[in-house]
Amino acid sequence: MSEPLDDMYRDIILDHYRSPRGKKPLEKADVTSDGSNPSCGDEIFLQVELDNGTVKDIHVDCRGCAISVASASMLAEVIKGKSIEHAKKIAEVVKKMLKGEDTDIPDDLGDLDALQGVRNFPVRIKCALLAWVTFMEGIKNYEKGHGDVRTRVSTEDYE
Amino acid sequence: MESKTKNKQTAVDFESCRLEHENIKADFPILNQTINGHPLVYLDNAATTQKPRAVINALIEYYRKTNANIHRGLHHLAEQATDAYEHTREHVARFIGGVDPHEIIFTRSTTESINLLAYSWGEANIKEGDEIVITEMEHHANLVPWVILAQKKKAVLKRIPITLCGHLDLSDIDNIITPKTKLLALTHLSNVLGTINPIAKLAELAKRRGVIVLGDGAQAVPHLPVDVKDLGVDFYAFSAHKMLGPTGVGVLYGRRELLEAMPPFNTGGEMIREVRFDRITWADLPHKFEAGTPNIADVVAFDAALTYLEEIGMDNVRQHEINLLRYAIERFSELEGIEIQGPQEYAQRGGVISFTDTEIHPHDISTFLDSKGIAIRAGHHCAQPLMRILGKVATARASLYIYNDKADIDALVEALKEMRRYFGI
Repeated sequence: MSEPLDDMYRDIILDHYRSPRGKKPLEKADVTSDGSNPSCGDEIFLQVELDNGTVKDIHVDCRGCAISVASASMLAEVIKGKSIEHAKKIAEVVKKMLKGEDTDIPDDLGDLDALQGVRNFPVRIKCALLAWVTFMEGIKNYEKGHGDVRTRVSTEDYE
Repeated sequence: MESKTKNKQTAVDFESCRLEHENIKADFPILNQTINGHPLVYLDNAATTQKPRAVINALIEYYRKTNANIHRGLHHLAEQATDAYEHTREHVARFIGGVDPHEIIFTRSTTESINLLAYSWGEANIKEGDEIVITEMEHHANLVPWVILAQKKKAVLKRIPITLCGHLDLSDIDNIITPKTKLLALTHLSNVLGTINPIAKLAELAKRRGVIVLGDGAQAVPHLPVDVKDLGVDFYAFSAHKMLGPTGVGVLYGRRELLEAMPPFNTGGEMIREVRFDRITWADLPHKFEAGTPNIADVVAFDAALTYLEEIGMDNVRQHEINLLRYAIERFSELEGIEIQGPQEYAQRGGVISFTDTEIHPHDISTFLDSKGIAIRAGHHCAQPLMRILGKVATARASLYIYNDKADIDALVEALKEMRRYFGI
């Protein structure tokens, strides 16, 4: 097997792909966001329940390739229990990492550094970004006071 | 190369087809390389085909010996370049059934050919309330220009639906093509399903009702013997790069009387007879539709692609693809969880194999196959409305051409088996 392929489809990624976290839909959500990647058809539905500025629970339902599903699953795993501010910082780090910009990966990011292999496949970076931009836009709308509105996000707007 | 057998029968006959015996791959330098440590297996021919040495050399020779601007220079090179360019036009006219070379317009692409038609013919002929009929299996190239035209003119865009098997559903055709219908625009061979549409039958029906017919031949001319007169179409569009020729050359065939009545599309140099500040007269066909310096070198090199295909014989090209398609469908039946889209009858489909895996996304399929040196396409194939009808966000697509062989199919099938193990399915 060629190395770049194994570097992208690391065991951790395949594990998240086969058994995605955050599968259970939330009964009460403060943030609801739909994301899509029109060029390849990946779609994600994301709900966040907040409690006093902290992500109490999160649900992601991603239909797409292994990379988009795994990235969404990792988001669900790492964001849960974090403050909104902390979650936003993590999302920024992930975006920078995927775009190949210099960034320190903090220790508490769990499996996320496994996404680094995606950088060798430029067309797949959007797949990995999908969950993160969908989350960020949902939070942005919540902070503007539009938490009751379902946010719609397209990765085409995040070149 | 010379054509030894004329193979007219449609029954599958592997051994009699000369493409099974000759090393066609050796004519294509690009195929002789390794990708990710594996010999390249190129199965993305519906996107674009590779170029034989004859075409590459023609392009180099043109720039080394002939290059000049055409149709106006009075020097030796300009005359030679003009002759070479017009020679290809005559060749194209013969290749699609012996039409008048004035009826062949060179464009940049199939897409531009159809846009030319939509903007020129469409602007002049489509009025409010008129109907434009397309099918549900159109490529965006034969869809978006008509959606825009219909919106602009307040015309009605109607569509012929597809059956579950991927054929056109003609059961309600009398209510689709009506006295209000002005244009029927349909693909000859679907780039997603592989379906070969009964274009001659539909053109006959349309003609009886005074409907103009456009065939999108982008996937058909490279793979089937095509005679536009037999098809009975008024317009027909295709591209050089999907039939061994260079990129950047499209063709629009149109019946002379229709082209003559149409206003120009692009305007400027080359397409005029006389220009005054207050009055301009257009050049005659085909130059009226070829404003500006055209893609001379690529048109000239396209001639070599046509010659190459003629030497093989389009009947043999078709036979070879039927043979390989049958072999591929047989071998695909070994694969669990893989579903092929489109008709299963070889006589009614081309060498386009769109497939999905119940567990693995087409993009992961494509990335995995690429790691094995196998090039396929994954995505919506510029046919988003069709994908919605199929209920798929995307498919993987392997598409065949003359240089593919059984070993390529074997490599694909074995890699797909390994893929399922890799993803732990």
